[in-house]
Amino acid sequence: MTLLHVEGITKQFGGLRAVDNASLSVPPGTITGLIGPNGAGKTTLFGVISGFIPPTAGRIVYNGADITAHPPHRRARSGIARTFQIVQPFAGLSVVENIAVGAYLRHAKRADATRVASDIAHRVGLGAMLHQPASALTVAGRKRLELARALATAPRLLLLDEVLAGLNPSEIRDIIPIIQAIRAEGVTILMIEHVMQAVMNLCEHVYVLSQGRMIAEGTPQAICTDEQVIEAYLGHGAAGQMQAHA
Amino acid sequence: MKISSVIAMAAVLLALVGVALFGPNTAINFLVTALIVALAAQGWNLLGGYCGQFSFGHAAFFGTGAYVTAILQSRYGVNAWIGCGCGILAGAAIGTLIGWLSFRAGLRGSYFALITLAFAEVLRIAANAAPITGGGTGLLLKLDMRAANFQFASRGTFCLIVLACVLAVLALTTWIARTKRGAEFAAVRENEDAARALGIDVLVTKLRAMALSGAITAAAGCLYTQYFLYLDSNIAYGSWISVESLLAVIVGGIATPAGPIIGALALHALGEATRLLAGRITGIDLVLFGLILVAATAFAPKGLAGLWNAAQSRRSPRA
Amino acid sequence: MYTPAIVAEAMVNGLLTGAVYALVALGLTLVYGVLHIINFAHGALLTCAMFAVWAASELLGINVYLAIPPLALIFLALGYALQRFVIGPASRGDDANTLLVTLGLSIAIENALLAAFKSDTRTLSGDAAFDVVELGPMLLSRPRLIGFAVALVVALLLWALLRRTDSGKAIRAVAREKMGASLMGIDVRHIYALTFGIGCACLAVAAGLLLPTFYVTPRVGQAFVLVAFTIVVLGGMGSVAGALLGGLLIGVVESLGGLLLGESLGQAGIFVIFILVLLLRPTGLFGARA
Ligand SMILES: Nc1ncnc2c1ncn2[C@@H]1O[C@H](COP(=O)(O)OP(=O)(O)O)[C@@H](O)[C@H]1O
Ligand SMILES: [Mg+2]
Repeated sequence: MTLLHVEGITKQFGGLRAVDNASLSVPPGTITGLIGPNGAGKTTLFGVISGFIPPTAGRIVYNGADITAHPPHRRARSGIARTFQIVQPFAGLSVVENIAVGAYLRHAKRADATRVASDIAHRVGLGAMLHQPASALTVAGRKRLELARALATAPRLLLLDEVLAGLNPSEIRDIIPIIQAIRAEGVTILMIEHVMQAVMNLCEHVYVLSQGRMIAEGTPQAICTDEQVIEAYLGHGAAGQMQAHA
Repeated sequence: MKISSVIAMAAVLLALVGVALFGPNTAINFLVTALIVALAAQGWNLLGGYCGQFSFGHAAFFGTGAYVTAILQSRYGVNAWIGCGCGILAGAAIGTLIGWLSFRAGLRGSYFALITLAFAEVLRIAANAAPITGGGTGLLLKLDMRAANFQFASRGTFCLIVLACVLAVLALTTWIARTKRGAEFAAVRENEDAARALGIDVLVTKLRAMALSGAITAAAGCLYTQYFLYLDSNIAYGSWISVESLLAVIVGGIATPAGPIIGALALHALGEATRLLAGRITGIDLVLFGLILVAATAFAPKGLAGLWNAAQSRRSPRA
Repeated sequence: MYTPAIVAEAMVNGLLTGAVYALVALGLTLVYGVLHIINFAHGALLTCAMFAVWAASELLGINVYLAIPPLALIFLALGYALQRFVIGPASRGDDANTLLVTLGLSIAIENALLAAFKSDTRTLSGDAAFDVVELGPMLLSRPRLIGFAVALVVALLLWALLRRTDSGKAIRAVAREKMGASLMGIDVRHIYALTFGIGCACLAVAAGLLLPTFYVTPRVGQAFVLVAFTIVVLGGMGSVAGALLGGLLIGVVESLGGLLLGESLGQAGIFVIFILVLLLRPTGLFGARA
């Protein structure tokens, strides 16, 4: 039983093969990690899964149905939510209005959407900034806003693209339990992450993408000792560091 | 809303009704024209202000409303009220069509502004050439002042009807801004990708805005026909109404419910004032309008409504 | 009926006019390519230039062609100042603002001309318009031939200026990578204003070439600017070579359209082409993806 199947996805940008015959599957109720060096094609693969980037080849199967041809908004309605690595706030709207846009997907009434939005804002730690314009938020605040908006759509599958990047260690420590709580509510998560501490703490299963190709998968511990991964991606120093963590 | 704003609005409303009931004909003419422009501008504001799609060709909607009303009456003997209803529907239809063509092709920003301008011009040239519109000589409606004909012996009565339309759209706009649809408009305006990711069908949202905007601006065209009982292609599809509806919104306050009304009244008052001062030099008022557009963009991006709000919060600083 | 000679003459005439259209479009596309703004005031500025040419010729008695160089310099300065001190500061780099500011300028300029000159149609006195040259079976207007030649020379000069001079290289650097250029010490605001000025200078030249066979009214620019927009979109926004090819193409289409469909529908034809190009091929017929 899997919630999401990525089957042999290839994405060609002109002469560049950003994603090359990559496959992965995400079982429901889990947190799955997607790691890989910069430029590996992780964000592009997220774009394909969420419907923003049409693949050159391959299929996306979600909840048993082939959704490869579905536009992004339809995928969002069927329960796939994503965050953007390069944050995309509604700059002219307030924090609560930003989140309410997501909440309107499941709540037609303004009062309901606003209530849900403000609940979620509190959950991700934006409770004190409800009525500030989104453009006034710090980097960390914007990352939280991305997360909050995606959550507000009440997703079944949440795609997180480097929500921890650019945050300091104490901010990371604050967000990790939030992500755990989201999973505990039954939301399935696929996350791209560079912060290995978070990957080790959160993910049950990890996929490694390098130069568009899926080169390894397994438990975080197994990935850390995988020869190929160390070669392609981590370098010896980093591997030692990670094994110390594990 | 602040109490001072409510008082100000009530005072303005009272003054407008006063002019409509007791004012001299010249004042009523002024008010009717300004309010028709306000209505057209309210249509522009929904699309440009709330949904972020700047059109330079709202004449396409105004003219379609005006011509459909006029042609149905004069050529097919349709009742004026029904004619106006058809005119409004036609405005919504042409809005949806232009929007569907443009947005499906992925046009945004300046490109969308350009193509709306081109559509309006094509319609103008076509209306100037087609026999059904009376071509260059225009269309004259038969004078028959009965309420059943949507013509009134008293200009004041007509003025009140226009005012009622403007207020109805004001209420509609205020309401929409507070609903799910309004949130969708704002999301599409601010960031299309983020909107998509949150389940919003961007194309459908823009088409809704186009249809609504087209209908409202077409209604302004219908009212124009009923009041002046004359149309030609330069009135109906001329760039003047495209420019004035945009200008009124920018000057009054973009994406505010009352902005288009404030802007239209302020601009028309200013236009009258310049004509009084500068005499009948053609174009002098528009020179001023053009400069005001530049100045408003530079110094008052939220228009008069924004200036008023800023002044209010300065007078009563919040804790 | 349309004999081959008539059609050929219409085509050649179209090419001649097209070269001048291309010059108008060149200014527009250059400004777009570098500043990434659509200058709605382009048409009004062309009208302004045409009135300047008319005044120089009719009021000061200067030969049209001799009036072109000084007017080009004046318009260079005017365009520079306009971008540097009005459009740039007023729009603060925001697309929507630029749209509004240039629209406001176009309204102001056009109506100032209307207030000053009324809506009368003005032409140059003298019979330059009837001065024809026999070329095989065709009779061609001499001012149009001159216009064609000068327009091509100016386009070539512009191209050389962009390739060979330091300013040209700076302009191209800014067009490609604004941030990088500014890090390398290029004053971006100066380059923006200079580019805008060059665009306006193109208009002054075009005005001088148009007027001997055309007329001027305060609204004449509107017609040209939509043609110019069509050309720019057709040629690919920001492409100089595209503007030139697009200009010639549109000149021929308009001329043949006028011959086959009559004047006013020929004009509608331009808009229809414009709409179709935007809808079907918004990156232009020749241009690559922006
Ligand atoms: N729209 C695009 N057009 C062309 N190349 C792209 C595009 N998006 C991404 N790329 C390229 O694809 C590769 C993978 O990028 P990306 O998916 O962002 O990697 P990651 O998220 O793993 O860092 C990079 O080389 C990037 O430059
Ligand atoms: Mg990435």
